[in-house]
Amino acid sequence: MLHLVNKSPFERNTLDACLKRAAPGSAILLYEDGVYAALSGTSVADKVAKATNAFDVYVLGPDLSARGFEPAALIEGVQTVDYDRFVDLTVEKRGVQSWL
Amino acid sequence: MTDATEASGGTSVTKRFLYVNRKAPYGTVYAIEVLEMILIAAMFEQDVHVAFLDDGVYQLRKGQTPAVLEMKDFSKTYRALEDYGVEKIYLEKESMEERGLTADDLVIPAAVLERKDMISLMDSMDVVLSA
Amino acid sequence: MKYAIVVNEGPFNHQASDSAYHFVKHALAKGHEVLRVFFYYDGVHNGNKHSAPQSDDRNIVKRWSQLAETNQIDLTICVAAGLRRGIVDDILAPGFRISGLGQLIEACIDANRTVVFGD
Repeated sequence: MLHLVNKSPFERNTLDACLKRAAPGSAILLYEDGVYAALSGTSVADKVAKATNAFDVYVLGPDLSARGFEPAALIEGVQTVDYDRFVDLTVEKRGVQSWL
Repeated sequence: MTDATEASGGTSVTKRFLYVNRKAPYGTVYAIEVLEMILIAAMFEQDVHVAFLDDGVYQLRKGQTPAVLEMKDFSKTYRALEDYGVEKIYLEKESMEERGLTADDLVIPAAVLERKDMISLMDSMDVVLSA
Repeated sequence: MKYAIVVNEGPFNHQASDSAYHFVKHALAKGHEVLRVFFYYDGVHNGNKHSAPQSDDRNIVKRWSQLAETNQIDLTICVAAGLRRGIVDDILAPGFRISGLGQLIEACIDANRTVVFGD
Protein backbone atom coordinates (compact mmCIF):
# COMPACT_ATOMS: atom_id res chain seq x y z
CA MET A 1 0.00 0.00 0.00
CA LEU A 2 1.03 3.60 -0.63
CA HIS A 3 0.07 5.70 2.38
CA LEU A 4 -0.44 9.44 1.95
CA VAL A 5 0.11 11.86 4.84
CA ASN A 6 -0.62 15.51 4.16
CA LYS A 7 -0.64 17.20 7.57
CA SER A 8 2.14 18.52 9.74
CA PRO A 9 2.97 16.14 12.61
CA PHE A 10 2.87 19.15 14.91
CA GLU A 11 -0.69 20.03 13.95
CA ARG A 12 -2.38 16.65 13.51
CA ASN A 13 -1.82 13.06 14.45
CA THR A 14 -2.23 11.56 10.99
CA LEU A 15 1.46 10.67 10.67
CA ASP A 16 1.31 8.70 13.92
CA ALA A 17 -1.99 7.17 12.90
CA CYS A 18 -0.38 6.03 9.64
CA LEU A 19 2.83 4.72 11.22
CA LYS A 20 0.79 2.62 13.65
CA ARG A 21 -1.24 0.91 10.92
CA ALA A 22 0.96 0.72 7.84
CA ALA A 23 2.07 -2.83 7.09
CA PRO A 24 5.84 -3.40 6.86
CA GLY A 25 7.07 -2.84 3.32
CA SER A 26 4.53 -0.09 2.65
CA ALA A 27 5.48 3.21 1.07
CA ILE A 28 4.61 6.49 2.78
CA LEU A 29 4.45 9.77 0.90
CA LEU A 30 4.63 12.99 2.91
CA TYR A 31 3.07 15.80 0.90
CA GLU A 32 1.33 19.16 1.41
CA ASP A 33 1.96 20.11 5.07
CA GLY A 34 3.11 16.54 5.73
CA VAL A 35 6.55 17.49 4.36
CA TYR A 36 7.47 19.03 7.71
CA ALA A 37 7.77 15.50 9.10
CA ALA A 38 10.62 14.84 6.67
CA LEU A 39 12.91 17.55 8.04
CA SER A 40 15.91 16.75 10.21
CA GLY A 41 16.37 18.43 13.56
CA THR A 42 12.78 18.35 14.72
CA SER A 43 11.18 16.58 17.68
CA VAL A 44 9.76 13.93 15.31
CA ALA A 45 12.92 13.38 13.28
CA ASP A 46 14.03 10.31 15.24
CA LYS A 47 10.62 8.71 14.87
CA VAL A 48 10.60 9.30 11.11
CA ALA A 49 14.22 8.14 10.75
CA LYS A 50 13.23 4.90 12.49
CA ALA A 51 10.24 4.58 10.16
CA THR A 52 12.56 4.53 7.15
CA ASN A 53 13.72 1.09 8.34
CA ALA A 54 10.26 -0.42 8.05
CA PHE A 55 8.84 1.66 5.21
CA ASP A 56 9.97 3.48 2.07
CA VAL A 57 9.41 7.09 3.07
CA TYR A 58 9.08 9.74 0.38
CA VAL A 59 8.54 13.47 0.41
CA LEU A 60 6.95 15.44 -2.44
CA GLY A 61 9.59 17.86 -3.73
CA PRO A 62 7.28 20.62 -5.00
CA ASP A 63 5.56 20.82 -1.59
CA LEU A 64 8.96 20.91 0.13
CA SER A 65 10.35 23.72 -2.01
CA ALA A 66 7.08 25.66 -1.88
CA ARG A 67 7.61 25.81 1.88
CA GLY A 68 11.20 26.96 1.53
CA PHE A 69 13.13 23.74 2.13
CA GLU A 70 15.70 21.90 0.07
CA PRO A 71 16.48 18.16 -0.03
CA ALA A 72 19.60 18.79 2.10
CA ALA A 73 17.29 19.55 5.04
CA LEU A 74 15.76 16.08 4.99
CA ILE A 75 16.16 13.17 7.39
CA GLU A 76 18.55 10.61 5.96
CA GLY A 77 16.66 7.86 4.23
CA VAL A 78 13.73 10.01 3.13
CA GLN A 79 13.62 10.21 -0.67
CA THR A 80 12.41 13.23 -2.61
CA VAL A 81 9.98 12.57 -5.43
CA ASP A 82 8.22 14.76 -7.97
CA TYR A 83 4.62 14.39 -9.17
CA ASP A 84 5.68 11.97 -11.93
CA ARG A 85 7.21 9.67 -9.34
CA PHE A 86 4.14 10.15 -7.10
CA VAL A 87 2.08 8.76 -9.97
CA ASP A 88 4.57 5.91 -10.42
CA LEU A 89 4.30 5.03 -6.72
CA THR A 90 0.55 4.63 -7.05
CA VAL A 91 1.18 2.18 -9.89
CA GLU A 92 3.84 0.21 -8.02
CA LYS A 93 1.75 -0.31 -4.90
CA ARG A 94 -1.53 -2.29 -4.99
CA GLY A 95 -3.57 0.54 -3.49
CA VAL A 96 -3.49 4.02 -2.00
CA GLN A 97 -4.62 4.97 1.51
CA SER A 98 -4.97 8.63 2.50
CA TRP A 99 -4.69 9.49 6.19
CA LEU A 100 -7.18 12.29 6.77
CA MET B 1 -6.53 -7.88 -5.91
CA THR B 2 -7.53 -10.45 -8.53
CA ASP B 3 -6.09 -10.62 -12.03
CA ALA B 4 -9.58 -9.89 -13.31
CA THR B 5 -9.48 -6.56 -11.54
CA GLU B 6 -6.25 -5.53 -13.23
CA ALA B 7 -7.20 -6.84 -16.64
CA SER B 8 -10.74 -5.72 -17.17
CA GLY B 9 -11.54 -3.16 -14.50
CA GLY B 10 -15.15 -3.93 -15.37
CA THR B 11 -18.18 -3.50 -13.16
CA SER B 12 -18.63 -7.27 -12.85
CA VAL B 13 -15.61 -7.32 -10.60
CA THR B 14 -15.88 -7.52 -6.81
CA LYS B 15 -13.44 -5.31 -4.98
CA ARG B 16 -12.51 -5.03 -1.34
CA PHE B 17 -13.68 -1.58 -0.23
CA LEU B 18 -12.67 -0.07 3.09
CA TYR B 19 -14.22 3.04 4.60
CA VAL B 20 -11.93 4.52 7.23
CA ASN B 21 -13.50 6.66 9.94
CA ARG B 22 -11.07 8.53 12.17
CA LYS B 23 -13.07 11.58 13.14
CA ALA B 24 -15.51 12.23 15.95
CA PRO B 25 -19.16 12.96 15.10
CA TYR B 26 -20.77 16.42 15.01
CA GLY B 27 -17.56 18.50 15.15
CA THR B 28 -17.23 17.91 11.42
CA VAL B 29 -19.55 16.56 8.72
CA TYR B 30 -17.46 13.59 7.67
CA ALA B 31 -19.14 10.97 9.87
CA ILE B 32 -22.61 11.51 8.46
CA GLU B 33 -21.57 11.94 4.84
CA VAL B 34 -19.36 8.86 4.83
CA LEU B 35 -22.30 6.88 6.20
CA GLU B 36 -24.36 8.01 3.20
CA MET B 37 -21.52 6.81 0.97
CA ILE B 38 -21.45 3.41 2.66
CA LEU B 39 -25.19 2.92 2.19
CA ILE B 40 -24.93 3.66 -1.53
CA ALA B 41 -21.87 1.42 -1.92
CA ALA B 42 -23.79 -1.42 -0.30
CA MET B 43 -26.07 -1.54 -3.35
CA PHE B 44 -23.17 -2.37 -5.67
CA GLU B 45 -22.52 -5.82 -4.23
CA GLN B 46 -18.91 -5.12 -3.39
CA ASP B 47 -16.98 -6.54 -0.45
CA VAL B 48 -17.51 -3.61 1.90
CA HIS B 49 -15.62 -3.13 5.15
CA VAL B 50 -16.00 -0.23 7.56
CA ALA B 51 -13.29 0.58 10.09
CA PHE B 52 -13.49 2.95 13.02
CA LEU B 53 -10.14 4.09 14.42
CA ASP B 54 -8.89 6.88 16.65
CA ASP B 55 -11.71 9.37 17.29
CA GLY B 56 -13.85 7.53 14.76
CA VAL B 57 -14.85 5.07 17.50
CA TYR B 58 -16.87 7.88 19.09
CA GLN B 59 -19.25 7.74 16.12
CA LEU B 60 -20.66 4.48 17.47
CA ARG B 61 -21.12 5.61 21.05
CA LYS B 62 -24.71 5.18 22.19
CA GLY B 63 -26.78 7.84 23.88
CA GLN B 64 -26.05 10.66 21.45
CA THR B 65 -28.51 13.56 21.72
CA PRO B 66 -27.59 16.00 18.94
CA ALA B 67 -31.10 17.46 18.89
CA VAL B 68 -29.93 19.81 21.60
CA LEU B 69 -27.65 21.31 18.91
CA GLU B 70 -30.44 21.15 16.34
CA MET B 71 -28.42 18.45 14.55
CA LYS B 72 -29.59 15.17 13.12
CA ASP B 73 -29.01 11.99 15.13
CA PHE B 74 -27.53 9.65 12.59
CA SER B 75 -26.15 7.15 15.12
CA LYS B 76 -29.29 5.05 14.63
CA THR B 77 -28.43 4.70 10.94
CA TYR B 78 -25.52 2.43 11.88
CA ARG B 79 -28.14 -0.14 12.90
CA ALA B 80 -29.41 -0.13 9.31
CA LEU B 81 -26.01 -1.12 7.89
CA GLU B 82 -26.67 -4.79 8.50
CA ASP B 83 -30.00 -4.55 6.65
CA TYR B 84 -28.02 -3.18 3.70
CA GLY B 85 -25.67 -6.15 3.81
CA VAL B 86 -22.79 -4.24 5.40
CA GLU B 87 -21.68 -6.55 8.18
CA LYS B 88 -17.91 -6.19 8.18
CA ILE B 89 -17.74 -3.36 10.69
CA TYR B 90 -14.65 -3.10 12.83
CA LEU B 91 -13.53 -0.95 15.72
CA GLU B 92 -9.90 -0.83 16.70
CA LYS B 93 -9.36 -2.15 20.22
CA GLU B 94 -6.52 0.22 21.06
CA SER B 95 -8.54 3.26 19.94
CA MET B 96 -11.39 2.20 22.19
CA GLU B 97 -9.10 1.59 25.17
CA GLU B 98 -7.37 4.97 24.74
CA ARG B 99 -10.79 6.56 25.00
CA GLY B 100 -12.19 4.41 27.79
CA LEU B 101 -14.85 2.85 25.59
CA THR B 102 -16.13 -0.71 25.97
CA ALA B 103 -18.45 -2.86 23.85
CA ASP B 104 -21.32 -1.88 26.18
CA ASP B 105 -20.95 1.75 25.08
CA LEU B 106 -21.67 0.99 21.42
CA VAL B 107 -24.86 1.56 19.48
CA ILE B 108 -24.34 -1.63 17.45
CA PRO B 109 -22.48 -4.85 18.14
CA ALA B 110 -19.32 -4.58 16.09
CA ALA B 111 -16.19 -6.64 15.83
CA VAL B 112 -13.31 -5.23 17.86
CA LEU B 113 -9.99 -5.79 16.12
CA GLU B 114 -6.58 -5.57 17.66
CA ARG B 115 -4.29 -3.15 15.89
CA LYS B 116 -2.15 -5.94 14.46
CA ASP B 117 -5.23 -7.36 12.73
CA MET B 118 -6.34 -3.91 11.60
CA ILE B 119 -2.91 -3.54 9.94
CA SER B 120 -3.39 -6.69 7.84
CA LEU B 121 -7.02 -5.87 7.09
CA MET B 122 -6.14 -2.44 5.75
CA ASP B 123 -3.23 -3.75 3.73
CA SER B 124 -5.54 -6.19 1.94
CA MET B 125 -7.88 -3.57 0.51
CA ASP B 126 -8.37 -2.57 -3.12
CA VAL B 127 -10.16 0.72 -2.51
CA VAL B 128 -9.74 2.83 0.63
CA LEU B 129 -12.11 5.74 1.05
CA SER B 130 -11.01 7.92 3.93
CA ALA B 131 -13.32 10.53 5.30
CA MET C 1 -3.65 2.53 -15.14
CA LYS C 2 -7.17 3.80 -14.75
CA TYR C 3 -7.73 6.21 -11.87
CA ALA C 4 -10.69 7.29 -9.79
CA ILE C 5 -9.91 10.53 -7.99
CA VAL C 6 -11.86 11.83 -5.02
CA VAL C 7 -11.66 15.44 -3.84
CA ASN C 8 -13.01 16.01 -0.34
CA GLU C 9 -12.33 19.72 0.10
CA GLY C 10 -13.21 22.97 -1.60
CA PRO C 11 -10.87 25.28 -3.52
CA PHE C 12 -8.44 27.51 -1.61
CA ASN C 13 -9.34 26.47 1.94
CA HIS C 14 -7.23 23.34 1.67
CA GLN C 15 -4.52 22.25 -0.74
CA ALA C 16 -6.46 19.11 -1.60
CA SER C 17 -7.93 20.40 -4.86
CA ASP C 18 -4.52 21.70 -6.00
CA SER C 19 -2.83 18.39 -5.21
CA ALA C 20 -5.54 16.43 -6.99
CA TYR C 21 -5.24 18.67 -10.04
CA HIS C 22 -1.46 18.29 -10.29
CA PHE C 23 -1.72 14.54 -9.75
CA VAL C 24 -4.31 14.20 -12.50
CA LYS C 25 -2.26 16.33 -14.91
CA HIS C 26 0.84 14.24 -14.36
CA ALA C 27 -1.05 10.96 -14.55
CA LEU C 28 -2.53 12.00 -17.90
CA ALA C 29 0.84 13.16 -19.20
CA LYS C 30 2.23 9.72 -18.39
CA GLY C 31 -0.48 8.12 -20.51
CA HIS C 32 -2.76 6.94 -17.70
CA GLU C 33 -6.51 7.31 -17.83
CA VAL C 34 -8.54 9.27 -15.29
CA LEU C 35 -12.03 7.80 -15.31
CA ARG C 36 -13.63 10.37 -13.05
CA VAL C 37 -12.84 13.08 -10.55
CA PHE C 38 -15.58 12.91 -7.93
CA PHE C 39 -16.15 15.88 -5.65
CA TYR C 40 -17.66 15.09 -2.24
CA TYR C 41 -18.07 16.86 1.11
CA ASP C 42 -16.89 20.46 0.62
CA GLY C 43 -15.19 19.31 -2.57
CA VAL C 44 -18.45 20.22 -4.35
CA HIS C 45 -17.43 23.89 -4.14
CA ASN C 46 -14.81 23.22 -6.82
CA GLY C 47 -17.64 23.33 -9.33
CA ASN C 48 -18.90 26.85 -8.51
CA LYS C 49 -18.63 29.08 -11.58
CA HIS C 50 -18.86 32.20 -9.41
CA SER C 51 -15.43 31.60 -7.89
CA ALA C 52 -13.42 34.73 -8.77
CA PRO C 53 -9.94 34.67 -7.26
CA GLN C 54 -7.56 37.59 -7.72
CA SER C 55 -6.11 37.76 -11.20
CA ASP C 56 -2.57 36.95 -10.06
CA ASP C 57 -3.68 33.74 -8.35
CA ARG C 58 -4.55 30.40 -9.89
CA ASN C 59 -8.18 29.97 -10.84
CA ILE C 60 -8.88 26.53 -9.41
CA VAL C 61 -12.41 26.14 -10.77
CA LYS C 62 -11.48 27.28 -14.25
CA ARG C 63 -8.42 25.07 -14.22
CA TRP C 64 -10.58 22.01 -13.61
CA SER C 65 -12.94 23.08 -16.40
CA GLN C 66 -10.02 23.46 -18.80
CA LEU C 67 -8.57 20.09 -17.83
CA ALA C 68 -11.96 18.48 -18.38
CA GLU C 69 -12.30 20.06 -21.79
CA THR C 70 -8.78 19.25 -23.00
CA ASN C 71 -8.75 15.68 -21.74
CA GLN C 72 -12.45 14.77 -21.70
CA ILE C 73 -12.35 14.10 -17.99
CA ASP C 74 -15.57 13.49 -16.12
CA LEU C 75 -15.89 15.95 -13.22
CA THR C 76 -18.77 14.82 -11.05
CA ILE C 77 -20.24 16.75 -8.14
CA CYS C 78 -22.21 14.67 -5.63
CA VAL C 79 -25.87 15.67 -5.74
CA ALA C 80 -26.55 15.22 -2.01
CA ALA C 81 -23.38 16.98 -0.82
CA GLY C 82 -23.99 19.65 -3.45
CA LEU C 83 -27.56 20.32 -2.36
CA ARG C 84 -26.43 20.70 1.23
CA ARG C 85 -23.99 23.38 0.17
CA GLY C 86 -26.03 25.12 -2.52
CA ILE C 87 -24.07 23.74 -5.46
CA VAL C 88 -26.76 23.13 -8.03
CA ASP C 89 -26.90 22.92 -11.83
CA ASP C 90 -27.29 26.61 -12.60
CA ILE C 91 -24.06 27.60 -10.82
CA LEU C 92 -21.90 24.83 -12.25
CA ALA C 93 -18.74 25.76 -14.08
CA PRO C 94 -18.23 24.23 -17.54
CA GLY C 95 -17.19 20.61 -17.55
CA PHE C 96 -18.80 19.77 -14.22
CA ARG C 97 -21.97 17.72 -13.85
CA ILE C 98 -24.04 16.68 -10.86
CA SER C 99 -24.74 13.05 -10.15
CA GLY C 100 -25.12 10.54 -7.34
CA LEU C 101 -22.69 8.69 -5.09
CA GLY C 102 -23.18 5.66 -7.29
CA GLN C 103 -20.91 7.36 -9.84
CA LEU C 104 -18.13 7.43 -7.26
CA ILE C 105 -18.54 3.75 -6.44
CA GLU C 106 -18.69 2.78 -10.11
CA ALA C 107 -15.51 4.73 -10.80
CA CYS C 108 -13.75 2.97 -7.91
CA ILE C 109 -14.88 -0.40 -9.24
CA ASP C 110 -13.80 0.36 -12.82
CA ALA C 111 -10.49 2.00 -11.91
CA ASN C 112 -7.27 0.23 -11.01
CA ARG C 113 -6.43 2.83 -8.38
CA THR C 114 -8.52 5.20 -6.26
CA VAL C 115 -6.76 8.23 -4.78
CA VAL C 116 -8.45 10.47 -2.20
CA PHE C 117 -7.37 14.07 -1.61
CA GLY C 118 -8.74 15.68 1.53
CA ASP C 119 -8.10 17.25 4.88
